[in-house]
Amino acid sequence: MLRGFLHLAEDGRLLKAVARSLARLLQGYGISVLIGVPLGIATARLPLLRLTVKPIVMGLQSLPSICWLPLAILWFGLSESAILFVVVMGSLLSIAISTEDGVSSIQPQLLQVSGTLGIRGLRFYGGVLVPAALPGIVTGLKLGWSFAWRALMAGELLFVSGGLGQLLVTARELLDVAQVMAVMAAIVAIGVAMDRILFQAVEVRVRRRWGLEAP
Amino acid sequence: MSTAADAERTGRPLVPRAHSLCAVLRKLLARLSRKRLLVPFRERAAPAKIAVKSVGHTYRGRDEVVALENVNLDVHHGQMVCLLGPSGCGKSTLLYALAGTVEPSGGHVTIDGKEVKGPGPDRLLMFQDHALFPWLTVRQNIVFALRARGLDRRECERRAHEYIHLVQLDGFERSLPHQLSGGMRQRASLARALSMDPAVLLMDEPFGALDAQTRGQMHNLLQRIWMRQRKTVVFVTHDIREALVLGDRVVVMAGRPGRILWDLEVRLERPRDPDDERLVTLSRQIRTALREAQAQSRPMAGAGGEGRENAEQLDGAGRGSSLDGGAAAGGVPHPAGAHLGAGG
Repeated sequence: MLRGFLHLAEDGRLLKAVARSLARLLQGYGISVLIGVPLGIATARLPLLRLTVKPIVMGLQSLPSICWLPLAILWFGLSESAILFVVVMGSLLSIAISTEDGVSSIQPQLLQVSGTLGIRGLRFYGGVLVPAALPGIVTGLKLGWSFAWRALMAGELLFVSGGLGQLLVTARELLDVAQVMAVMAAIVAIGVAMDRILFQAVEVRVRRRWGLEAP
Repeated sequence: MSTAADAERTGRPLVPRAHSLCAVLRKLLARLSRKRLLVPFRERAAPAKIAVKSVGHTYRGRDEVVALENVNLDVHHGQMVCLLGPSGCGKSTLLYALAGTVEPSGGHVTIDGKEVKGPGPDRLLMFQDHALFPWLTVRQNIVFALRARGLDRRECERRAHEYIHLVQLDGFERSLPHQLSGGMRQRASLARALSMDPAVLLMDEPFGALDAQTRGQMHNLLQRIWMRQRKTVVFVTHDIREALVLGDRVVVMAGRPGRILWDLEVRLERPRDPDDERLVTLSRQIRTALREAQAQSRPMAGAGGEGRENAEQLDGAGRGSSLDGGAAAGGVPHPAGAHLGAGG
């Protein structure tokens, strides 16, 4: 496996593939966050949305993200957008659900006190609602990232066009077990690095400041 | 005391006969002065700062609960009024109607001549829960609230500093709420409320969750601050002694339906000591009177027990009462809880 690793690393293919995959991930994830967080907030605050949108979101959540690929290819053709769509659908729902959860579990007193202190509008949403729901939102972001990563890998495998997925497929076609495992190791390493190092750290910091966890 | 004064006046030495006469005089004086310490509140001619007219409120749920019925109350500028009553008597509902959080189903509430519609910083509500923003430090909590009022940064910082000092939290400006004790959190909450300079300060049993000693300290603090600033305050409590220590006026309420029983003016000089004999006697008087009133209002069998239970909830000697007794007796829902569903 180590041999395979070095082989890949040598001609810079690994790095290029990682860069490609990560770029897609960031794009798709970014879109999910931009749509998912406001969607979650809106669902929590507006009773109408809670009745209509929430059941749909919860239902779709149970759909494995790869199942979106056929639809994506039909809609977007064999293009980057298709993969992006799969990534977005994979993570959007979990971000929205966690955000909605976070907002719904805000202490009612905080909302009441905001009313009584005259904190309204943008100051309320940015200064009270989002910070108060932040522990829940960060959890959602963490989950969303995991799902996005998995969705991306699945997408890249089935619809091959650069990135780590392609490396994996190429290696399989060449019947190079060492290379396959090397790529798998790379995928795991990136996943772990992101999950544990980045998100865990942020989550713990937020929880500590909010007083939810002992320092 | 009167014995020595009498002796001085008459110029006669203390003898057993004069002694018994003095004793009688002393008792008479005490009775008179006791009457003068707690008198029915007389309506003032001056326009009221807070005017409550024929306010009624019914909670509509599975059962209809008449929380308030035809309540009339005038609070004047600079008065500290305590709403006293057992759980479920509607005192919190009345307070929340003043705050604008609850819209009464009948009647009007006006503050400074303007009808109250919705909560606002002019009629600040303080809860039992400190409701500090947990991600902000003490100083940031105050500054954030002040910024919402449109003050510039420098003024906000100055005020924050001033009020943190006033509630004796110097040194804890940079602490997060979860790093403070219960009493300190309430002090921070009080600092935040006072710094907003509201026209009226409304307090819903703010010291209920604190231990007896901390509560005593908070009483002293509140008294001192009030003596300096003379804010108009309406304070809700079930603790008779707390009401007597803090209030210029004690408005005793009863429930089912929520109404005002007595409106009393307290004429003890400030600052008041909760262990003051006179205060303890007044507290006992109120409790006894309440017991009788409850017993009378429900002449059916078993009512005596209920009445006693309700009267017991009026705590005259520390935190012995349980608020659950009221809920069990079918009292009025607490407006904070009732609002959970309303997207609050």
